[in-house]
Amino acid sequence: MSVADAGIETAPIVRRRLPPAVRRRRMLVAIADHSLIIATAIIFLLPVVFIFLTSLMTNQQALSPKLWPDPFQWGNYREVFTSAPLWRWALNSFIYSSLATIGLLVSSVPVAYALARLRWRGREAAFLVVLVALMLPPQVTVVPLYVMWAKLHLVGTLWPLILPNWLGDAFAIFLLRQFFLTIPEEYLDAARVDGCGEFRILTTVVLRLAKPAIAAVALFSVLYTWNDFFLPLLYVGENPDNWVTSIGLAQFRGLHQVQWNLTMAATLLVMLPVIVLFFVAQKAFVEGITLTGVKG
Amino acid sequence: MTVAPAAGAHSSAPAPATPVIDRRRARKRAAWRRRGTVLLFMSPWLAGFTIFFGYPLVMSAYLSFTHYDLLNPPRWVGLANYRYLLGTDAQVWPAIRNTLWLIAFMVPLQVMFAFGVAVMLTRAKRGVGFFRTVFYLPALIPPVAATLGFVYLLNPATGPINTLLGKIGITGPLWFNDPTWAKPSLVLLSLWGIGNTMIIFLAAVLDVPQHLYESAELDGAGAMQRLRWVTLPIISPVILFALVLAVIQGLQYFTQAYVAATVAGGSASQAGSQSNLEIGYPEGSTLFYPVLLYYQGFRFFNMGYASAMAMLLLVVAFAATLLILRNSKRWVHYQGAAR
Repeated sequence: MSVADAGIETAPIVRRRLPPAVRRRRMLVAIADHSLIIATAIIFLLPVVFIFLTSLMTNQQALSPKLWPDPFQWGNYREVFTSAPLWRWALNSFIYSSLATIGLLVSSVPVAYALARLRWRGREAAFLVVLVALMLPPQVTVVPLYVMWAKLHLVGTLWPLILPNWLGDAFAIFLLRQFFLTIPEEYLDAARVDGCGEFRILTTVVLRLAKPAIAAVALFSVLYTWNDFFLPLLYVGENPDNWVTSIGLAQFRGLHQVQWNLTMAATLLVMLPVIVLFFVAQKAFVEGITLTGVKG
Repeated sequence: MTVAPAAGAHSSAPAPATPVIDRRRARKRAAWRRRGTVLLFMSPWLAGFTIFFGYPLVMSAYLSFTHYDLLNPPRWVGLANYRYLLGTDAQVWPAIRNTLWLIAFMVPLQVMFAFGVAVMLTRAKRGVGFFRTVFYLPALIPPVAATLGFVYLLNPATGPINTLLGKIGITGPLWFNDPTWAKPSLVLLSLWGIGNTMIIFLAAVLDVPQHLYESAELDGAGAMQRLRWVTLPIISPVILFALVLAVIQGLQYFTQAYVAATVAGGSASQAGSQSNLEIGYPEGSTLFYPVLLYYQGFRFFNMGYASAMAMLLLVVAFAATLLILRNSKRWVHYQGAAR
């Protein structure tokens, strides 16, 4: 740990040697700061550590107060796959995720562009409508939509989850618009002078400049669909063939009585793709989240 | 649209007649083409909004005045659903109370904790990237997985947390199996997942201009005072944003409550009878408004009644958002507000 002073303080213009009392105080503050952050980090890590340890226990041990697996039963991870159709659920989740994300990007990008970069009467009102849609709890519209999908005989399939994404998603539109607004007008004007239509400008200039935002939106969408529970519960909850991972995991303990060790192994396996995705695309994530915090 | 054909025609009046008409026609054509482009670009949203928001909203309002079970055509019952909702239904008020509890306790705790963690990160000198990852990652974890994990961790008899507490001589509560502790357990779960809010706060705190801290320090402000009088006012718009978002999410709170109730309740009634699961186990303490709506609409197929519940939720969600935004003027400080 460094002896430097704590946190937000900044370097004064002229660095003088500080009196020993002040230096000692600052060092104590720094130690307190770091102890606090380390303690908090340990608390944050603890759940995952315990889940991992439990996933390696025998079933009997998982139901005892022992915290350390003895013996380490790595075979649990094999048994999870034989005891539940984990791959099937993952495949369904993958289908939902990929089709929804592709549709969401294809349909939301032009809308966001029209809201950010084309000038037309009613644009501000239209953006307000997007914001309202963003705020609306999904429960408000869910009954008639369920009736609609039931009448189309699509309840039990993944389509009620996928298809709405092909007609624009409020959050994606919002995020992309925020980013498109930051693109300097000169780039677009240059393309216009060269005789590009708006469609060409969008597909060449804007898309190239907006890669980070598009990556962030795609990431959020993949994450959202992988984690989504409420809508899959409604639409595929009754059809185990089309269960996605979140539904399967929620039912896992029902299928296997009290097998906490296997349940924790499955839990960890469901967490894993998300964590891997984060480490692969960490920068895009953080940029994207920060983008949501920017006022529009 | 910035089309002004009249002005354009006027200014070019002295020119020969035919080019004027040509130019006017060309301009009109361009305007129409622009309109067409806008329409084309907006078309996914127009269709999407109509089908997935406009239509169901109107339909929801209609269904709320009917009795509808999906099998028989809706039957008009007037205000009966609303009368039952606001008067007779014994489950609605507990559900509303529980949801209000969430908004009163969980939401502020989440926002404060996220802010605290963000400030903690700005004060760390080493390993900031590592700590940021540790605090952020739980937010990504699928809610179902996180909830399952917590139900196990907080398992009263054999869970690791109560085991640890026991080692230091504390008898842990029954957590998800105790009506008074079930909601605080959900709060713990939600505090574990504050990563998104934390990152937004972190960016905002790091964005505070350094010279403000310097001048505050020259005026003799200590670390706490700088936090209170410099950091907080500057980032107040971001706090407002987080607060609005958290309230909206609080009104929709479903997955964690539903999974915790079914899993903890399932392990309590171990005999295996999954059918008589108690709604909002234990003792209705995790029965939140969206959970009740789900059961009414999609388990009992009282779709008319569920629509009435949805309408009430819509009104409350709007009112809550407006209330926060209106009151925010008093404490939110926008930099360069003179603009």
